[in-house]
Amino acid sequence: MAQIFHPSMNTFSKVTILGGLLIVAAAVGAWDRVNRSPYVTEVDVVRTQPVPFSHEHHVSALGIDCRYCHTSVEKSASAGIPATEICMSCHSQIWKTSAMLEPVRESFRTGTPLKWSRVHDLPDFVYFNHSIHVAKGIGCESCHGRVDQMPLMRRVNTLQMGWCLECHGAPEKKIRDVADVFKFKLPAKTKARDHGKELVREYGIKTEQLLDCWICHR
Amino acid sequence: MSKKKSRRSHGSDHSGPEDHAQKGPQHPGDAGHAEHTFGSVTDKISSIVLTRKTSRGWLGGLLFSCMLLMVLMYASAYLLARGIGIWGTTVPVGWAFPIINFVWWIGIGHAGTLISAVLLLLHQDWRTSINRFAEAMTLFAVCCAGIYPLLHLGRPWVFHWLMPYPNTMGLWPNFRSPLVWDVFAVSTYFTCSALFWYMGLIPDLASLRDRATGRAQRVIYGMMAMGWRGSAKHWQRYEIAYLLMAGLCTPLVVSVHSIVGLDFAASIVPGWHTTIAPPYFVVGAILSGFAMVMTLMIPLRAVYRLEDFVTNKHLDNMAKVILATSMMMAYGYLCEVFYAYYSGNEYERYVTLNRALGPYAWSYWALLASNIVCPQIFWFNWARSSVPVLFFVSLAVNLGMWLERFVIVVISLHRDYLPSSWRMYYPTVWDFAHFLGSIGLFFTLMFLFLRLLPMISIFELRELVHEAEGEA
Repeated sequence: MAQIFHPSMNTFSKVTILGGLLIVAAAVGAWDRVNRSPYVTEVDVVRTQPVPFSHEHHVSALGIDCRYCHTSVEKSASAGIPATEICMSCHSQIWKTSAMLEPVRESFRTGTPLKWSRVHDLPDFVYFNHSIHVAKGIGCESCHGRVDQMPLMRRVNTLQMGWCLECHGAPEKKIRDVADVFKFKLPAKTKARDHGKELVREYGIKTEQLLDCWICHR
Repeated sequence: MSKKKSRRSHGSDHSGPEDHAQKGPQHPGDAGHAEHTFGSVTDKISSIVLTRKTSRGWLGGLLFSCMLLMVLMYASAYLLARGIGIWGTTVPVGWAFPIINFVWWIGIGHAGTLISAVLLLLHQDWRTSINRFAEAMTLFAVCCAGIYPLLHLGRPWVFHWLMPYPNTMGLWPNFRSPLVWDVFAVSTYFTCSALFWYMGLIPDLASLRDRATGRAQRVIYGMMAMGWRGSAKHWQRYEIAYLLMAGLCTPLVVSVHSIVGLDFAASIVPGWHTTIAPPYFVVGAILSGFAMVMTLMIPLRAVYRLEDFVTNKHLDNMAKVILATSMMMAYGYLCEVFYAYYSGNEYERYVTLNRALGPYAWSYWALLASNIVCPQIFWFNWARSSVPVLFFVSLAVNLGMWLERFVIVVISLHRDYLPSSWRMYYPTVWDFAHFLGSIGLFFTLMFLFLRLLPMISIFELRELVHEAEGEA
C-alpha cells in the first residue's frame, strides 16, 4: 500500500502543533499589551477642546490655585468644570479681544455652556469622590500628574482599576500633608515612607477597608 | 509481561482481511464476544463508520437534533441581546434552571470517567464495550454543562475574568470560593477526558486509516492517528501512557462533583449547608451517568446490531451499579432528614418540611419515586435482563436526577431565612428552550460521533478476543 503522507509530514506536524501553541500565547500577550496601551487607556492622548486652555500657563506662570476654577473639589464628589462666568472673571478684563477666546465670550453672551471634552472620565459603576481624597491628603498631582507643566490637558494615568488599587493598597506611598494637596513638586521630606505612615494614622484612614469592593462599587 | 506484549502486537496493521481466515476459539461467553475473531470485530465496528451507507434514521436523528440545537442558538442569541431577565431566575431563586442543568449534565458525564478510568484500573474487562461511548458521552455532557454557568454570568463575553491572570483591574478571583474551584475542576475534567478519549481512539483511528478506501478519509484519519503503526514499541509506550492517564482521571471522578457539591455546601442556605453534600453529589453523578449510558446504549445496540458486543451482561452490570448508587442516594436522603431533625435548627427543619409538604412537594416525591423506588426492581434477575424495564428505569433515573437538583436548588432558595422575601419560582419558555437546546447539542455531537468515529473500542475488543483464545 502506498504511503499516505510524505516523510516531511512528521516535521510539518511537529512545527504546526508547536506553532499553534506559540500563536495562541502570542495572541494572549498581544491582547494584554493592547489593553495597557494608550490606544485603550488614552494615556497621553490630547483631545481637541473648544478653547486650547493651558493649565501650564494658568498654574505655573500665573499661580492660580486649582480651587479657583475647580470650585467643588473640597465639598463634593466632582471637582467641577468651571462655568464660563469664572473664565470671564478675568477675561472680561484681559485678553478681551483675543480671537482664541471668542468661544468663551460667545458662551457668556448666549448663556450656552462651553462643551469641554472630558479627559478624566471614570465608568458609571465606579463611585469616586474628590472631596474625601483631598481631605485625607491625596494631592491633585497623584492622579492628574504635573498639570502645572501641561500646555494642553492629557491623562498621565490609565484610570484602570489596577492603578486605583496600587494606591488603595498602600496609601502611605502617595499621602501628603493636607496643606500640600494643591501643590506640585513637593519637597523631599514629605516623600519619606515613615512620614506617609504617620499621616495615614493621623488622618484616621482605615486601610483595612480600602480594598473592599463596596468602597468604589456602591 | 511477555504475554501482554504478544497480545498487544496485534496492532492495526495486523487486522487486515486475512484475519478472517483464522477463526479464533469461542469466548467463554462472560462478556459475550462469542464467535468473533480479530477480523470480524474490526469489520463490524469499523463498517459503521466506513462502509455502511448513511441511514435515513441517522439523518433524521441528526436533523432533529440540529433543530433542537437551533433552539439553543436562538435562545442564547436572545439571551445575549436581552440579558438573563428572560429566564424565570430572580431573587430569591437566583440559581435556577441554568444551575440545575449544569449540575445535571456534569453528573451525567461522570459515568464516562468512572467506566473508562476506574474500571480499567480495577481490571473490569466488561467495560471495554462501553468505555469509548461513555467517554464520548462525558465530553459532550461537559460541553452542554459548560454553557450554563457562562450564560448565567450575565456578561458571558468577560468569562475570562473567571481565570486568574494578571489583568488591568489588579484583581484575582476569590480563591476561597468553591465557584472558582469549579472553573478549574470542570476545565481540568474536560481536558483530561478529551485527552483520554483521544488517546484511546488513536489505534482505532489507525485501523480506520488502513481500511479506508477514499483518499480524503485516509488523509483525515491518518492525520488523527498521528502516525500510529502499531509496533511493539508503540504498544508498550501506549500501555503505560494509557494507564497514567487513567490514574490521572480517577481522582477527577471524585473531585469534580465534590466541588460542585461544595458550591452548595459552602454557602449558608438551609438545605445546602451540609457536610454530606460532596459525597452525595458524587454518588448521584454516577447514578445519573450510568442511567444515561443505559438510555443511550439500549436503542443504539438495537439499531446498529451490536448485541454481540454490548450484551445483556453489560446491561446487567450497569443495572447493579444503578441499584447500588440508588441505595446510597436513599441513605443520603435519609441523612438529610435526620440532620434536619437532629440539628434542632428551625430553618433546616423548615426546609425539610417544605420539601415534603410545601408548594413544590410534587418534585420531592417524584424524585424519591424515580430515584429510589424505581431502581429497586433491579433486585430481581428478570428485571435486569428485560430491556424494556431497563430502559424505563434508566429514563426514570434521568428524570429523577434532574428533579433532585431542582429540589436542592429551587426549594432551598425560594424560602430561606426571611419570610418577607419568599417567592415562588416559575420557569419561563426560555428556561425550557435552553434545556431542550442543550439536549439538542448533546445529540448532535452524539450523532456525528456515531457516524465518524468507532463507537466501540476496536483494539480493546480484539484484546478480549485474544484473551479468550488464551484461556480456551
